[in-house]
Amino acid sequence: MDFLRPASWEEALAAKAEHPAAVPIAGGTDVMVEINFDHRRPEHLMDLNRIGDLEEWEVGEDSVRLGASVPYSRIMEHLRTELPGLALAAHTVASPQIRNRGGVGGNLGTSSPAGDAHPALLAAGAEVEAESVRGSRRIPIDAFYTGVKRNALAPDELIRAVHIEKAGGPQQYSKVGTRNAMVIAVCAFGLALHPETRTVRTGIGSAAPTPVRARTAEEFLEAALEEGGFWDNGKIITPSLAGRFADLCAAACSPIDDVRGTAGYRRHAVGVMARRTLTWTWESYRGARRTTEGAA
Amino acid sequence: MRIDFTVNGRPQEADDVWEGESLLYVLRERLGLPGSKNACEQGECGSCTVRLDGVPVCACLVAAGQVQGRDVVTVEGLADFARQRSGGSPEVTGTGSRTGEGGALAPIQQAFLDAGAVQCGFCTPGLLVAADEMLERNPDPTDADIREALSGNLCRCTGYEKIMDAVRLAAARQSEEG
Amino acid sequence: MPTNGVPTKITQGSGTRGGIGESTLRPDGILKVTGEFAYSSDLWHEDMLWGQILRSTVAHAEIVSIDTSQALAVPGVYAVMTYDDLPTGVRHYGLEIQDTPVLAHGKVRHHGEPVAIVAADHPETARRAAARIRVEYRELPVVTDEASALAPDAPLVHEHRDDLLQSQLRSTGGTPTVGHVPHPNVVHRQPIVRGDVTSARERADVIVEGEYTFGMQDQAFLGPESGLAVPEEDGGVHLYIATQWLHSDLRQMAPVLGLPEDKVRMTLAGVGGAFGGREDLSMQIHACLLALRTGRPVKIVYNRFESFFGHVHRHPAKLSYEHGATADGRLTHVKCRIVLDGGAYASASPAVVGNASSLGIGPYVVDDVDIEAIALYTNNPPCGAMRGFGAVQACFAYEAQMDRLAARLGMDPVEFRQLNAMEQGSLLPTGQAVDSPAPVAELLRRVKAMPMPPERQWESSEGADVRRLPGGLSNTTHGEGVVRGVGYAVGIKNVGFSEGFDDYSTARVRMEVVGGEPVATVHTAMAEVGQGGVTVHAQIARTELGVARVTIRPADTRVGSAGSTSASRQTYVTGGAVRHACELVRERVLELGRRRFGSYHPAWASAELLLEGGKVVTDGGEVLAGLADVLGEEAVEVEREWRHRPTEPFDPRTGQGNGHVQYSFAAHRAVVEVDTELGLVKVVELACAQDVGKALNPLSVIGQIQGGTAQGLGMAVMEEIVVDPRTARVRNPSFTDYLIPTILDTPTIPVDMLELADDHAPYGVRGVGEAPTLSSTPAVLAAVRDATGLALDRTPVRPEHLTGTG
Repeated sequence: MDFLRPASWEEALAAKAEHPAAVPIAGGTDVMVEINFDHRRPEHLMDLNRIGDLEEWEVGEDSVRLGASVPYSRIMEHLRTELPGLALAAHTVASPQIRNRGGVGGNLGTSSPAGDAHPALLAAGAEVEAESVRGSRRIPIDAFYTGVKRNALAPDELIRAVHIEKAGGPQQYSKVGTRNAMVIAVCAFGLALHPETRTVRTGIGSAAPTPVRARTAEEFLEAALEEGGFWDNGKIITPSLAGRFADLCAAACSPIDDVRGTAGYRRHAVGVMARRTLTWTWESYRGARRTTEGAA
Repeated sequence: MRIDFTVNGRPQEADDVWEGESLLYVLRERLGLPGSKNACEQGECGSCTVRLDGVPVCACLVAAGQVQGRDVVTVEGLADFARQRSGGSPEVTGTGSRTGEGGALAPIQQAFLDAGAVQCGFCTPGLLVAADEMLERNPDPTDADIREALSGNLCRCTGYEKIMDAVRLAAARQSEEG
Repeated sequence: MPTNGVPTKITQGSGTRGGIGESTLRPDGILKVTGEFAYSSDLWHEDMLWGQILRSTVAHAEIVSIDTSQALAVPGVYAVMTYDDLPTGVRHYGLEIQDTPVLAHGKVRHHGEPVAIVAADHPETARRAAARIRVEYRELPVVTDEASALAPDAPLVHEHRDDLLQSQLRSTGGTPTVGHVPHPNVVHRQPIVRGDVTSARERADVIVEGEYTFGMQDQAFLGPESGLAVPEEDGGVHLYIATQWLHSDLRQMAPVLGLPEDKVRMTLAGVGGAFGGREDLSMQIHACLLALRTGRPVKIVYNRFESFFGHVHRHPAKLSYEHGATADGRLTHVKCRIVLDGGAYASASPAVVGNASSLGIGPYVVDDVDIEAIALYTNNPPCGAMRGFGAVQACFAYEAQMDRLAARLGMDPVEFRQLNAMEQGSLLPTGQAVDSPAPVAELLRRVKAMPMPPERQWESSEGADVRRLPGGLSNTTHGEGVVRGVGYAVGIKNVGFSEGFDDYSTARVRMEVVGGEPVATVHTAMAEVGQGGVTVHAQIARTELGVARVTIRPADTRVGSAGSTSASRQTYVTGGAVRHACELVRERVLELGRRRFGSYHPAWASAELLLEGGKVVTDGGEVLAGLADVLGEEAVEVEREWRHRPTEPFDPRTGQGNGHVQYSFAAHRAVVEVDTELGLVKVVELACAQDVGKALNPLSVIGQIQGGTAQGLGMAVMEEIVVDPRTARVRNPSFTDYLIPTILDTPTIPVDMLELADDHAPYGVRGVGEAPTLSSTPAVLAAVRDATGLALDRTPVRPEHLTGTG
């Protein structure tokens, strides 16, 4: 095994081009477990800790450019306003020690369906900035996950950053685990309201071979909100509407039975989380709307 | 490979390190610092918690090669670290935290002893490093804050009650002194 | 010379500080908080090699062939050993039945069974070499439960089982009995029959039947199995090891190594928790074999994955109960059958059966009982001792039954229990009278009287604090679906080794003057596993000998056996031995004083002299001499064995007999909040009332109660080793998927400690470590039932069970 220590992004790209099988390591929270338990013996490990700008972020007009290695603890602390869904997801990641090391780049690189960031990224809308010596490209998050622990990255590409749309409305994130902290998701759900486009987006984790959106549920909800004039009149979402949305979210799952939970439970729990997060986000939207109107 | 870094304020070097070794292995098996414990090697238990450039991390998940040139504090250096933080020099005995033989302790170490928070003690080093860092950031934590900050450190003996007592005690003593 | 439970005067006076009854601090505490305490995994030796064990990947298979040549060819490898390399004809070991192969021979019987061992110069080299050993398996059908174990064509887990006679002899005290073990796949069986259930049933106005399932729990101590074996010049070996019982290890190891016991030296290394999981051997023999083979020190440290295969677990169980009661709430009868899965090897299964059966109806008075407990041999992971063994499984079921009966009778569940609670003088189903305080009703009263935690503590000015809600940081509810429930449970656990076992301990106590000051040295082989035995030994020595300074020698085999650190017995038995040795030292010190100073003061002739504050004093407090002057240059040293009252085996057919020596009682009240839609549970408070006899160190006692309570909580809502029923392979051998409670899962645990002395025990102590593990699980389950209205007949309860999505 060789340990590569590129001092700059360019050096990292060059090393990845030379050794496409090199495994990048940043927070180490996935890679080191595999090495410690003898599950993986890559020829090359490539340390990304030396590349300082991977731990930086920029808040732009419409989106946040989040360096691949920005630790979850900083996302929780500094980006709660711009990226509320991801900040909530970050708070559910493992433990404080892990949140101090792990970042979104690792979640994306591993592409485990149980990665905590995925539902939030799917719901918010994001693009993955991937780069190789051949050039840079942005992969829409919807096209990023291609299979169980597989993604759209080419072998010579590295994840440099994620561009995430700044929240234009309330976002929520819930995750079910059988412990009150430090737990891998049995399943997870992210929801973002986008009032400016009058759309809603969802993200589901650990309930399908890849992280997925519940598109039918989104379309149903968008239509129902539009039809009822909800965006304008700020009415309470009826239980039947929320229930239908929850059912459609559950139906978007194709879960398995495993040691962490049954398929039936996962489907059920996604439905409950969908209903609750819709209520929370919608109440928040209504509250903000009232505040705005009151101020006006 | 060879690694140079700082542990508890002292420059250290390790030679012939296998590339897949963790910081934890280097500390324990190469540098003679076994205070950080190996209980799961997958970041689930917190027994190996150390501070890497000031930040609490699981040493089992840091590749040895990643600590080149960086600064690590382990439980062995916690008393000195706490003393320096409170303005003392590492050589000078701190105030009111000396218990028989064994030298001066950090306030959090003393509180763990006094509160009965140590049984088998295997989780203790990691908990001390994590709790000390929390009190540095948040000198007046609520119970929920303490529980959240220590949720990455498993203990199998105590049921955590005495650990809660210890952290509350350390916080109270800290605020009296402050 | 009091050798047996005769209480003697407690000599502690105001002149001696740090004696019994005080919350003195741990003598190993400073080393533990500074990181200097040497756990077994911290040991290092020059030229040390690393040992690695190759384990079976399948649960039940013939070994067709093993090829080690490629492993031996790896540079840095010093030895590879299989069954064929074992040095003597003794190739099996076991706590009670020697059925466990040191390395697999011909077949493997469970997933993760050791097949070969490797020594190399780096752990990675050892792992690589082990991976290059080629083992060809021919898989066999697996035995996984009672049906597959006892089917007419069931494969025999031990096809040439020859312990039947031994186990019969042991359990009958010499009389072999036909039918005691009905099938070779049954390790042990214990019926307990008293009165006449058939006629008692006719008196019952209400009958409740229930079937319960108890999952497989792991001790999950934080310090994985490890040790260092150092070859010695005389051809022997010195093993530094984390264990619960040095001498039991030694007895099992020496014959396999082909060494006399005096050439196998054992020193206790720091132990990172135990809870029963270190009562059986793990890497002891393997490390010694490799050290003797290579002539180099060999260290073996399991990682967490291996640890899940490296020790026995708590027996999972299926329990069938029938309880009857009269309309006014008196229990008429109990009939039950408890089937424990012992896995592939016997371990402590016979003792677990004994506890489950004899304590199978709980701390209640029932005249007519019909109990049967069996442990099976299967191809599941071996199960043995874990905190509360046998009594834990039964308590989960009988307490569920008590709640169901109370509900059927329309009675308050606590009052119903109190009405039927045993008390001092009550008879167990074995016919044995409980001859020390049994404050079952009082413990229930106390735990019920504790103030209730406020409702809706999650509400704060900034909205819901998810950390205080079910789901915690995962943000699953802000109060939706959350329902509170309250539940109670009480349990009974035997203390010490039962059923006629010669349960003794040895202590060596020395007193001498060091630096002008009298110092006592206590040397025992007691395994300090975190429980605080070393703290208590120092307190006893101070109390008995009136000294301030006590040195606790490291535990090793240069002193006689201290028995096991299990069954809540160490403070009682080794504490008793230390006290006894101290008493003898005191007598000799007083003799010395009489010889030296007796002529100066008539009070020296008194039999009531005490050692206090470093002096010899009369019971009126008059100082006769300083201990330093009495001792002068002499050292007084005594080593003695001490035993508690003898017990007797249970009759193999009726289960009658005075099998136990002492009991421990605890009651819990659980307050939970359940997210009824998601099936997530937050335990809000888990209050405990326990009779501890006499708290020698209250801080440590409370720590034991809280720790045991938390382990019971884990068993209620999250902890389970999941074994695939088709393959008998373990599916979750990691801390990612075997979950133990975090600090956010564990609530406040208020403790009400009752101290009713057991006059038969030293200082009146009562073993405390296990009882809280019994009742916390059923209390939590009762609270979850209260919140959800669901029947919940298995533990741990999973979200699937609470949401009907299993």
